Amino acid sequence: MKLSAQTKVLALLFSAGLFAGCSTTGENMDEGGYGSDVAPIDQDGGSTVYGGGDQDGISSSSMTESERMEAQQQAEQEALRDITTFYFDFDTSEIKPEARDVLVAHARFLSNNPGQKVRLEGHGDERGSKEYNLALGERRANAVQRFLIVNGASRGQMETVSYGEEKPAVMGSSESAWAQNRRVELVFQ
Amino acid sequence: MMRKVSFRSFQALFSAVALMFLVVTGAQAELLIRVTEGADSAIPISVVPFAENGNMPAGDKVSSIVQADLAMSGEFRPLSPQKMLSLPSKRADVYFRDWRLLGQRYVLVGELTRNGDRVEARYELFDVNREERILGETAAAPASNMRSLAHHISDKVYEAITGVEGAFSTKLAYVTLDRAGGNARYRLQVSDIDGKRARIRLESKEPILSPAWSPDGKKLAYVSFETGKPVIFVHELGSGKRKKVADFPGLNSAPAWSADGQSLLMTLSKDGNAEIYQMNLQSRKVTKLTNHWAIDTEATWDSSGEGVYFTSDRSGGPQIYYMAKPGAEPRRITFGSRYNARPRPDASGNYVYYVHQRDRAFTIARTNLKNDEETVLTRTGSDESPSVSPNGRMLIYATKQSGESVLTVISADGGAAYSLPASEGDVRDPAWGPIVR
Repeated sequence: MKLSAQTKVLALLFSAGLFAGCSTTGENMDEGGYGSDVAPIDQDGGSTVYGGGDQDGISSSSMTESERMEAQQQAEQEALRDITTFYFDFDTSEIKPEARDVLVAHARFLSNNPGQKVRLEGHGDERGSKEYNLALGERRANAVQRFLIVNGASRGQMETVSYGEEKPAVMGSSESAWAQNRRVELVFQ
Repeated sequence: MMRKVSFRSFQALFSAVALMFLVVTGAQAELLIRVTEGADSAIPISVVPFAENGNMPAGDKVSSIVQADLAMSGEFRPLSPQKMLSLPSKRADVYFRDWRLLGQRYVLVGELTRNGDRVEARYELFDVNREERILGETAAAPASNMRSLAHHISDKVYEAITGVEGAFSTKLAYVTLDRAGGNARYRLQVSDIDGKRARIRLESKEPILSPAWSPDGKKLAYVSFETGKPVIFVHELGSGKRKKVADFPGLNSAPAWSADGQSLLMTLSKDGNAEIYQMNLQSRKVTKLTNHWAIDTEATWDSSGEGVYFTSDRSGGPQIYYMAKPGAEPRRITFGSRYNARPRPDASGNYVYYVHQRDRAFTIARTNLKNDEETVLTRTGSDESPSVSPNGRMLIYATKQSGESVLTVISADGGAAYSLPASEGDVRDPAWGPIVR
């Protein structure tokens, strides 16, 4: 699950749209709107990843356009997959719209890596009754599981468990603590 | 002291092999007791300090424990012994006129006699207005067990005056959570109803919840996460032996005993979502009692042992439902707000108690089953896990006080009585044990 340093460099470069600098064809450079110089990297705050002349890991000079698109998509997906906690409204198990792209990225990753296992841990906030919250946490984990299956993951890669209100992420009895505790966590194994 | 030492060495032994949980029988720091309010209608009673013949064991006096028991019920207002004009220990010395002047309705007198390793109590209860003895008894207990003797006397006094069986000799089960040092320690404990004589029955790094007493008071069923998921265990308190009774895929939770102790209601999600099942504890065979896409959980038998109350969100949010017999078409009981859960009927069949959302607060409410009238009993705001005393007169629930989870006991009509904070950490999930005969 941890991204390698190389992939991270790649991800940042691609997401900044600067991969064009590595291309050998002038056309693409023009389309990208950048010159062949590496200077824009610094201008975009990319200096921490631009370590010098030897660009280990980004020597994809012979990439085709479709390969680049694919690589960019992959990088974006990896960045999305850094998010592994999904939040819910009170007494609901509905997946929020903003969680969908991230969950799709996880589903694709699971689909591409059939050996990968993930544990879906459902939780609730402290309000209401414990046993009902235990069932609600399970329903949240099941909702995420179904979404992942529909998007390509297989059931055998996943197990679900609910902790109800027993394992809050944040202590306290505020709206903000409750909001952070109503969640499903993906734990990759 | 011996117990404490052996507990520590036991703990050291097991932590060395890094076990996930421990079954322990050691002593534990007791819950504190904080009597908050008495009801205005509380009955004035004088518990006169008992006379003593021979050496008495160290510790709280029997009459002090009786006085504290009656006070914490919320139904009595005991007179402080400093205000008494005399300290009689037998009828001949009771001057009713004095007690009337002090506004007392009842006077309890008695004496304790040491007899080898036992202590015998002879006690009498008088009705001040009628100048009559309404109770007289002798009872004995080992000298090491003065608290049991005192609770027994409290039960008899309570019954003689109210006509309702006392529940001072019953036990509480609950779960404490200690997060000291960054390591969560869940401890299933059993204590007297005043929080005294607490003993740890199970310790785990993972959550323990929903303890439920067997009708004979000899076993607890509960949910433990010690294997990484919710699993139901049945634990024999006498021997410390326990059995994993439900470990199906998904939830195994909310155990509730049948009156004959032969089966458990439980929530399982092995077929996809939370449904209520009945498990025969002999054959381990399970029968499905509900079948709905919604959450069905928190089942419990009604007072007759024929019908089942449970929580379901089939109407959109959690509400209380009732099946007249297992598997019958459920009927909705609660309508007063959008969140009502965790039903607990009393033994009389008159009331059902539950967690009730009122505006933004989670409170404990009850519905009178005869006229469907709903009464909100608490106002603390984050209340859960109600459990009714076996005589139906008191209710214990979990709530928050200055950020800590505590247990609070109230009279069943809502007059505040007392709270039981843990000496450190949180205490939750109370279950009031049965009257053991």
